[in-house]
Amino acid sequence: MVQDLLESSAGLFNFGIFFILAVILLFVILGFVTMAILAERKVLGFMQGRYGPSHVGGKWGLLQSVADVVKLLVKEDLIPKAADRPLFIIAPVIAFAPSFMVMATIPLTDKLQFADLNVGVLYYVAVSGLTIVGMLMAGWASNNKYSLLGGMRAAAQMISYEIPLVMSVLGVILLSGSLSLNDIVETQRESGWFILWQPIAFIVFFIAATAELNRVPFDLAEAENELVAGFHTEYSGFRWAMFMLAEYVYMFAMSALITVIFLGGWLPLPFMGFIPGAVWFALKFSVVVYILIWFRATFPRIRADQLMEFAWKVLLPVALGNIFLTALIKEIFLK
Amino acid sequence: MSGEKDLEQIKREAAEKAKELAKQRLAAKQAGEGNDPKQVADQIAEPVVKESVAAAATDDADLAKKKAAAAAKAKAAAMAKMKANAQAGEAPAASEAKAEVSAPVEGQDADLAKKKAAAAAKAKAAALAKMKATGQIEANAESEAQAATDAADDDDLAKKKAAAVAKAKAAAEAKLKAKAEAGEGADASSGDDDDLAKKKAAAVAKAKAAAAAKAKAAASGGGSADDEKAKAIAAAKAKAAAAAKAKSAAGAKAGAEEPVEEKKPSPNQPYLDKYVKTITDNLGADILEDSYINPLSKDVPTLVAKRESYYRLAEFLKYNELLGFDYLSELHGTDFQTHMEVYVHLYSYKNRQSVALKVKLDRNDPVTQSVQPLWAGADWPECEAYDLLGIKFEGHPNLHRIMLGEDWVGHPLRKDYEPYDVEV
Amino acid sequence: MIRTEEMLLNVGPQHPSTHGVFRLVLKIDGEIIVEAKPVIGYLHRGTEKLAEDLQYTQIIPYTDRMDYVSAMTNNYVIVHAVETMMGIQVPERAEYLRVLAMELNRVASHLLWWGTFILDFGATSPLLYAFRDREMILNLLNELSGARLTFNYMRVGGVKWDAPEGWLEKVAEFVPYLRGQLKGYHQLVSGNEIFLNRTKGIGKYTKEDAINYSLSGANLRSTGVKWDLRKDEPYSIYDRFDFDVVTREEGDALARYYCRLGEIEESLKIIEQALEQFPKEGEIMAKVPKIIKAPKGEAFVRIEGSRGEIGCYISSDGKKEPYRLKFRRPSFYNLQILPKLLEGESISNLIAILGAVDIVLGEVDG
Repeated sequence: MVQDLLESSAGLFNFGIFFILAVILLFVILGFVTMAILAERKVLGFMQGRYGPSHVGGKWGLLQSVADVVKLLVKEDLIPKAADRPLFIIAPVIAFAPSFMVMATIPLTDKLQFADLNVGVLYYVAVSGLTIVGMLMAGWASNNKYSLLGGMRAAAQMISYEIPLVMSVLGVILLSGSLSLNDIVETQRESGWFILWQPIAFIVFFIAATAELNRVPFDLAEAENELVAGFHTEYSGFRWAMFMLAEYVYMFAMSALITVIFLGGWLPLPFMGFIPGAVWFALKFSVVVYILIWFRATFPRIRADQLMEFAWKVLLPVALGNIFLTALIKEIFLK
Repeated sequence: MSGEKDLEQIKREAAEKAKELAKQRLAAKQAGEGNDPKQVADQIAEPVVKESVAAAATDDADLAKKKAAAAAKAKAAAMAKMKANAQAGEAPAASEAKAEVSAPVEGQDADLAKKKAAAAAKAKAAALAKMKATGQIEANAESEAQAATDAADDDDLAKKKAAAVAKAKAAAEAKLKAKAEAGEGADASSGDDDDLAKKKAAAVAKAKAAAAAKAKAAASGGGSADDEKAKAIAAAKAKAAAAAKAKSAAGAKAGAEEPVEEKKPSPNQPYLDKYVKTITDNLGADILEDSYINPLSKDVPTLVAKRESYYRLAEFLKYNELLGFDYLSELHGTDFQTHMEVYVHLYSYKNRQSVALKVKLDRNDPVTQSVQPLWAGADWPECEAYDLLGIKFEGHPNLHRIMLGEDWVGHPLRKDYEPYDVEV
Repeated sequence: MIRTEEMLLNVGPQHPSTHGVFRLVLKIDGEIIVEAKPVIGYLHRGTEKLAEDLQYTQIIPYTDRMDYVSAMTNNYVIVHAVETMMGIQVPERAEYLRVLAMELNRVASHLLWWGTFILDFGATSPLLYAFRDREMILNLLNELSGARLTFNYMRVGGVKWDAPEGWLEKVAEFVPYLRGQLKGYHQLVSGNEIFLNRTKGIGKYTKEDAINYSLSGANLRSTGVKWDLRKDEPYSIYDRFDFDVVTREEGDALARYYCRLGEIEESLKIIEQALEQFPKEGEIMAKVPKIIKAPKGEAFVRIEGSRGEIGCYISSDGKKEPYRLKFRRPSFYNLQILPKLLEGESISNLIAILGAVDIVLGEVDG
């Protein structure tokens, strides 16, 4: 359906359809974000021997995140006097927009997708990289030394980890022969999930993805114990909410991407095909999110210089080696 | 009470030393049984002398005593005193020996007895010895007046000791017996030695005097020297530790009980003596204003430096090998209204010993040298003293008002401090 | 042309990692610290000045507020100083109660340190585990003294309250429980590669430096100096217990971490032995005069607190108030070495170094 629309002529009507669809997606994602935050807090609570939210919206605290969002939206809009005002205002937007843009290519099922780009993986990586600009701007515009340090760290980290991220996924692309996410999933229907064929790539990708997400143990940019809150120290209210939103949308997107590339997307387990693909996707996706939360409950934060070392001296060589190995295997066994 | 704790700390060391000494003394005694008593005395004195800081060994009783006191490095103070007394006893005995042959022998035996008594910290032996001792002290004191020998200082000691012991419940009974013994005509030198025995015994004893003990004491006044010796050897070896403990504890107790009559035998006195000696030997006599043991503060040796020599003394305390106070535990100032005082508590990890160093400053112009170059740990405490008391430390690299800030008016810990802002 | 410039960064007085109102003025080049200047005094309450107008018993609650994480040892040092001066013999039972309270408090203090130290590295779970277990100790101490943090439990000559019914049994149950938990703590954190990378070789100093800078407690023992006042200058009844002094040779943040965790276990040993030896009955207060007057003179005593050597100097003129009271506060002394350690380190290491020193600002500022 979307494919037809994409190929149809531009017009107000089509724009309206796109707009409405986009708004629907936005709300779906917002729904996810509120639930993800709640889930994170509940799971963390479970792991840390406490309850987590338990008051707003019944005993599971279902409406806690909603209440938080409302509170953030009605909060006074504070802009520091010495801040660079235009940059300060535009930074959260620049940070958030790419996170939403990458959602377009991710196939939730074979039908439910906005755009099946034949360079889907590259698109994702390229667009998500734009967020760094927003963070750097925020750090700079705040006129706060902690923010600046946080922004710098974020930039360095994101750039460093994008390389192993792409390199590791190359192995998968070699096997599937396509950059399109749909094709990658379809390949797995025959060959089995790529996590089995590309375990090294999976591990490297997962680590790099965690770093890209700025999550523990790679949350240096907003390391509250060193840099107070990093690049968003000076932000509050809905601007701060934008950053948080971007972060969780990325979490959504990255989990979905991992599901698609390594866990077979919407493909069912053998003999379980009667369960619809969307459910399978949701299940796999939830597992990935759970693991990310689990990380957060377990690991301390890595140090900035060690983080860089890890990216360049460990992950990158491993990813390169994996490409080489994959090429060999493909050349020798799969020809 | 606090002294006891400290004493216990050096118990172990004392025990070892006690064992050694016991052996040496026994050997000396055995060797000297048929020999010139003077030699014996010297031999016995030797081990002590070796350990002492002072070099020369003389047979003069006073000197020996002093030496012994000085030498008692790391040993229980009580131990040291015992020794000193022993020598004091022995030396006059030796001098008399020319006239009387029996006297020195008795002296040695008494020495042994004393040791034995101390070593065998078992209550029975102790009680027995005490009985004897008290009895003989009295005898001593009384006979002394008549005999008027050259052991006058021994008598003094004996008297002091006697006073200390007189607290024992058995004192009254003992006195009676002592008089009886005096009638028998015990000579002065044996009295001295018994004195020592008494003291030891008193230390150990819990004042459980018994009638039987009294009887025995009378009997042993005659003296079965061999028995005593044998006992002494066995007991000294086996129970040296126990004895040392008991002795030191008792010593402390005695000190607490009668601080006026007997200068409390603080276990740290030898340390203080050592420090003072090392300091005066190396830096001259006029560097210290005062030095004493502070009995309220767990008997810490306290040195009061003269104002101008404070830094030199601190430097010496840190770098001298015998002292080696490498750790500054505490530094602060006090406003005593007549003067300001800086109190420094130092500790030596090498020698495991504390010292308190004080210096008194002019209250109107409290200035002194900073010890921060010596102990980096003095940095902030000096700043604190400067902040709260206004004591200036010259040579401090970064003297600032660490707590209150530079704009604070006045120094709050001064006794005449008035808050600048009356509203507060 | 690229030009770099040094920048001044204020860490604190409100900063998550300074554990209170501690301020560090950093001169940084990028993320490398060129110079660090600690600024303290934000929490200075003038305890020593206040004490000059207070009777000895009235001073005890003020000591609670110094090292508020480990108030029992603070309580003890002042009463110990007065008792030393007056020569008071404290009843057995009181001594055992004191030791139990102090050791429990030491464990609580180290647990808090453990949690916050790991929290500084961004791991949140250990903090909550530590707080959960610390909470149990605080409950125990609450039952004993009626307060959870500022106990005001000890008195000159004894303690204020006897152990309530069943309290000793609860403590006895708690000890094996915490032992089990400690194993879990080691599994969770001690072997973690990231944690090791962040602490190993960080904030290193030598034995000589440690002594020279008057460090004490785990900060000193982490360099290999086997020194614990409980063992080497026994006070109270510590000479009756069999325990080790935990030392490490490395002198880095990791060594201090191991020292403190080891001390928890040693404290548990002491608690166990104290429970075994606990006298069935007896007084909890010695006979002391209604109004306590220390004799004329001065005294300085020191004991092993949770953070190091706590000392108390009293100068008395025979009145019921001290003429001059001075506390040797271990955090204050331990913090002095910080500027030296920070030079040339990165900001990420700052928190590891500062965290490993284990400061409580109430104590630093007096």
